[in-house]
Amino acid sequence: MTRTITERAPGRLRQTWGALRGSPSAMTGAVLVALHLVIALAAPLLAPDSPVRNNALETLQSPSLSHLAGTDQYGRDILSRTLYGGRLALSVSLSATVLAVGLGAAVGCLAAYRRGWLDDVVMRVVDAILAVPPVLALLVIVTVLGTDPVVIVLAVTVVYGPGVVRVVRAAALDVVPRDYVTAARARGEGTFSVLLRDIGPNVLDVVLVEFAMRASWVVLLISSLSFLGFGANPPTPDWGLMVSENRSMLAVAPWTSIAPIIALSTLVIGLNMAADGLAKALGVDRAHGGAA
Amino acid sequence: MSRYIARRLLLALVTIWLASLGVFLAVQALPGDVTTQILGQNATRANVAALRAELGLDESPWRRYLDWMSGMLHGDFGSSLVNHASVGAEVGLRLRNTMLLAGVTVVLGVSLALVLGVVAGLYRDRWPDLAISSLSLVGMSMPEFVIATVLVLLFSINIPLFPAVVTAGPDARLGDLLPAIWLPSIALTVVMAAYIIRMLRTSVIDVMASEFVTTARLKGISPARVVLRHALPSALLPTLNVIAMNIAWLVGGVVVVESVFNYPGVGLLTIDAVHNRDLPVIQTIAVLGAATYVLCNLAADLAAMALNPRLRTNRRTA
Amino acid sequence: MTGTQPAPGPLLDVRDLSVAYRSRGGLREIVSGVSLSLDAGQTLGLVGESGCGKSTLAAALLGHLRAGARVTSGEVLVDGESLFAAPPARLRALRGGTVALVPQNAGHALTPTMRVGHQVREVLRVHRGLTGEAADAEAAVLFAQVRLPQPRVLLGRYPHELSGGQQQRVAIAMALAGNPRLLVLDEPTTGLDVVTQAGVLDLLNGIRRELGVAMVLVSHDLGVVSAACDRVAVMYAGRLVERGDTQATYDRPTHPYTRGLVASVPSLAEPGLPAAMPGTPPQPGSDLPGCSFAARCALVEDRCTTGGAPELLLLPPQPEAPSGDGHHSACLRAEEVRALPPEVRETHQRGARVGDTAPVLVSLRDVAVDYRPRRARSQGAPTVAGIDLDIRRGETLALVGESGSGKSTLAWTIAGLRAPSAGTLVLQDGEAGTEDLARPAARRPPGLRKRLQLVFQNADTSLNPRRVVSDALRRPLRVFAQDGAAPLGERVDALLDDVGLDRELGGRLPGQLSGGQRQRVGIARALAAGPDLVLADEVVSALDVSVQASVLRLLDRLRTERGITYLFISHDLAVVRSIADRVAVLYLGRLCEVGDVEAVFSGPNHPYTRMLLDAVLEPGVRPEPGERRPVEEPESAPPEAGCPFQRRCPHALPGTCDSVTPPWRDAEGGHRIRCHLELDVLASTTADTKELEAS
Repeated sequence: MTRTITERAPGRLRQTWGALRGSPSAMTGAVLVALHLVIALAAPLLAPDSPVRNNALETLQSPSLSHLAGTDQYGRDILSRTLYGGRLALSVSLSATVLAVGLGAAVGCLAAYRRGWLDDVVMRVVDAILAVPPVLALLVIVTVLGTDPVVIVLAVTVVYGPGVVRVVRAAALDVVPRDYVTAARARGEGTFSVLLRDIGPNVLDVVLVEFAMRASWVVLLISSLSFLGFGANPPTPDWGLMVSENRSMLAVAPWTSIAPIIALSTLVIGLNMAADGLAKALGVDRAHGGAA
Repeated sequence: MSRYIARRLLLALVTIWLASLGVFLAVQALPGDVTTQILGQNATRANVAALRAELGLDESPWRRYLDWMSGMLHGDFGSSLVNHASVGAEVGLRLRNTMLLAGVTVVLGVSLALVLGVVAGLYRDRWPDLAISSLSLVGMSMPEFVIATVLVLLFSINIPLFPAVVTAGPDARLGDLLPAIWLPSIALTVVMAAYIIRMLRTSVIDVMASEFVTTARLKGISPARVVLRHALPSALLPTLNVIAMNIAWLVGGVVVVESVFNYPGVGLLTIDAVHNRDLPVIQTIAVLGAATYVLCNLAADLAAMALNPRLRTNRRTA
Repeated sequence: MTGTQPAPGPLLDVRDLSVAYRSRGGLREIVSGVSLSLDAGQTLGLVGESGCGKSTLAAALLGHLRAGARVTSGEVLVDGESLFAAPPARLRALRGGTVALVPQNAGHALTPTMRVGHQVREVLRVHRGLTGEAADAEAAVLFAQVRLPQPRVLLGRYPHELSGGQQQRVAIAMALAGNPRLLVLDEPTTGLDVVTQAGVLDLLNGIRRELGVAMVLVSHDLGVVSAACDRVAVMYAGRLVERGDTQATYDRPTHPYTRGLVASVPSLAEPGLPAAMPGTPPQPGSDLPGCSFAARCALVEDRCTTGGAPELLLLPPQPEAPSGDGHHSACLRAEEVRALPPEVRETHQRGARVGDTAPVLVSLRDVAVDYRPRRARSQGAPTVAGIDLDIRRGETLALVGESGSGKSTLAWTIAGLRAPSAGTLVLQDGEAGTEDLARPAARRPPGLRKRLQLVFQNADTSLNPRRVVSDALRRPLRVFAQDGAAPLGERVDALLDDVGLDRELGGRLPGQLSGGQRQRVGIARALAAGPDLVLADEVVSALDVSVQASVLRLLDRLRTERGITYLFISHDLAVVRSIADRVAVLYLGRLCEVGDVEAVFSGPNHPYTRMLLDAVLEPGVRPEPGERRPVEEPESAPPEAGCPFQRRCPHALPGTCDSVTPPWRDAEGGHRIRCHLELDVLASTTADTKELEAS
């Protein structure tokens, strides 16, 4: 009997990790995101001051040794507020993205596999939700149900979920006609089993890249909400809210806005770089950009 | 072909209707309604009831929806619950302003993005691409209010070129709005162009590596012709969708930028309407947004068909 | 422009060319030290299996390398000019003007957004200075030259509006437009139906005669090369191992690899399973000491594995060999190999002959399957109709047809993945009665489901790329849980043993296995259920010919060991000849002919079967120049009434064949033909058709 041992190529996980490591931009992105996560978690340990304590004596001070980023109009230390500012945004964004992508992917795969009336209904609903301007929808929901973080998470899921459904469904439609899925069907395996074992693992690439991309959009959206006054409530430290509060003093005290701007931008840039790197490493075609 | 368009239009109507229904249902659940906004917290119950009857808010939601739908089909979008002005007229005015802003942005942004995207794709991984890609990465990573704020800081405060906010009201003449339009437009252009550039770059790279481009090159024709006649038409196709989506977004969703610059457009009206629970206005804007989105989609698909002959024939043997 | 005098010396001169690409481990060579030359008007076939570097070499003949690849030594001279040293403007003039490429997959190689006429005119403008009306006229002439119908009309079409055969001919016309002196064709007939393929090759021969263009034809198919090339060069692991006259190479190969290759091609003339070559080709770019074929060679000696790779050396000429470049071989024992008698094709024991008395396992009566959307069903005819077929226990029944013939559809219907729109399908269970097969698989009891299993064609998509191989075997074992017995792990190992795979491969991902190994896993997966009937859908069509032989042997062995019945679907008549007991021929979803394999292959035949048989390219057989085949186009929709073959049949009887369903005619021994013509007419049509076409 012939011994035909081919050289063992590295498994996928290692391949992906290797590709990521080889890309400096992807690693930078990952590091930025990790840094933000660490800071958000460790804010109480890192912040030199309380983020909410007013101090009428030290208002609008420019950056100095005692207040590295200066103080705002209420005398609050901007550095501390910035360090705390990511907590709400990150926790809400990540949970919202996980929920939106998780549900959206599941529905997308199901619709692609079952087709028929289920697929038609799902696509009609998806189209209808996507047609409504997202900001309007979010504003309405938030006004109706309040600015509780849970509400925001649910609202984002409703607004962004359908987009994920569309993308994952398209990817799953490529997988469904493949012979190994047919073989499973011919064996009489149930829908759930086929979705879990055959379709899911083969759309995972697309789902992961969607997750990374959407996470950045969600962060942008939520900070915009806070900016408009529909998100975090004062005196909560939140980057969007900080920029909004300090806008009127832009001419005289620009430092009050610069710190949160830097924080926010670096987080989203990091997310996008990581998403790009991930897409490249996994070989996913990111050819479907789009605003909001 | 006309059958196809007719079918798409019908689907579009269904989608818009569904969207409007969804918004109506969501809005119905708004706690506290316009009356408390108008009369204040201390209004007596009698006054509230009277005002509600006057505004027609005491009828059942379904009745109100049907009234609104039938009105809409006649071109009457109702009256604002806040100031009794015609919703149609008010939204129309705002729409005109937003369209001006959108128009300028599209012209600026799309032309810029097309050029930069193609250049980035053709010079992949060389310095033009690195520069363009980094800039677009930053451009799409900054929230609109950040870009707007930075622009104001740079070009309004430090270098007083443009006004920081728009002082003209919604019914200002177009000419009055023009000087103030540039900063908001630039802000929007940055975001929009970033997405288009990235999309186009990927597309160009893919197409340049495709078999038919290689074959074209091996025929001995000039590189310029290979890019312009063989590669670009296919590379532009996926971009059409992105451009269409962006146009729809410009018309329906630039709430933040309009808010920062106080630009009297649809976005600003949206915030006010939501704040005031002004149902007819909210609904009308939602329908407007949905209609724009759906029509832009259709336009993108038709344009794709024009560019890609493969999509024109319904069924062909491979 | 190609108006200058040709330089002295060969038209094409490849000197010690080596191409490598950069990869993680350093430089990997895909082409090593290849030398060959071609004079004007000559044809050279480049033969090799996947991974041997022939496509890279073909591209290099135009001075083109894929991204990341470099020429590490040697050069390519066309008309005395070195391609890789030429400045860009000169290279552009040479490409298309002196040497032109006919790409492999014309469907992908033609720009989809541009009309084909424009694509041809580009070449005319750049290389011959023709524009406007003159260019249009010339383009039409070119289209006529490649036997495209209605040339003027076709100029305005887009590539996707043409069939595969038409696209390929457009690609040929485009390549000829610049009046090149050398054509490089990379697998020009891959993906084409066998009849279309024969037509295209005939066209190429005609072009060579009329225009005197030299050709390098790259192919994995020895039959294709025999049909079109005077000389052949055999490639293995990036090197040339043999080079010489095509006929001489086929009759008396001088390298063990060539010998093995020739022996593993199934043949119409010789029944029996072809021999299989042990082992697999080395990975592209792997660097082995000595001869790269040594690991698989039966004649290996110590000196074969020491030192550098053997050179391609000129052999002393044979007295009866044609003159010319002579015969070269890279085997140290070339003379011995040449002197070996031709490999006796063992008429591999095909198990006990299954006669008419064998019990029927699956029975189909008047089965129809309709693929069309509901709206379209009021007119025309269903995709598959009127199938009356018995599959007997223990036999290998081959289902033959071109793409679009409905053979896969039928198999899927039997497996329960498609619903029949009419007719009955039953599984005969002996004393237990019959089981209705017209139900979808999900609604069949597991006991029934396990008895029919499918094996798929495309090894790339038949296994879940994200799951290890043993998972693919474990799942059917679990579903069809045969009670107790051995634990799953052991049974997976046993299955791997049964199909001749190393147990260690069970822990690998499909992407880490070769095509042949993946196909074996697919077979093992089918076996896991313990089936009575295995539906093998083109299971060897995507495999290299040397691997194909070993898979065929595996299938046959499993049949004799386990008493499995096969429905073997294929478009390749030679493969069918070697493995089948009975043959059924399908055209546009209707049965034309059914019978024992001997009877079908000796005649009389249905006109369609005859056409298929005539189109088969046998290695070592050069078609006579007198035969001129029309290039056939496959049809897509069956006619509403009458015989499905009416539109292409050279003997169609107007008034009968287009309206009346043809009757079954019984020849001897259960051989049935469905035709309006009488049997004796059919028996004599063999001679007739050839006369008709020659006139």
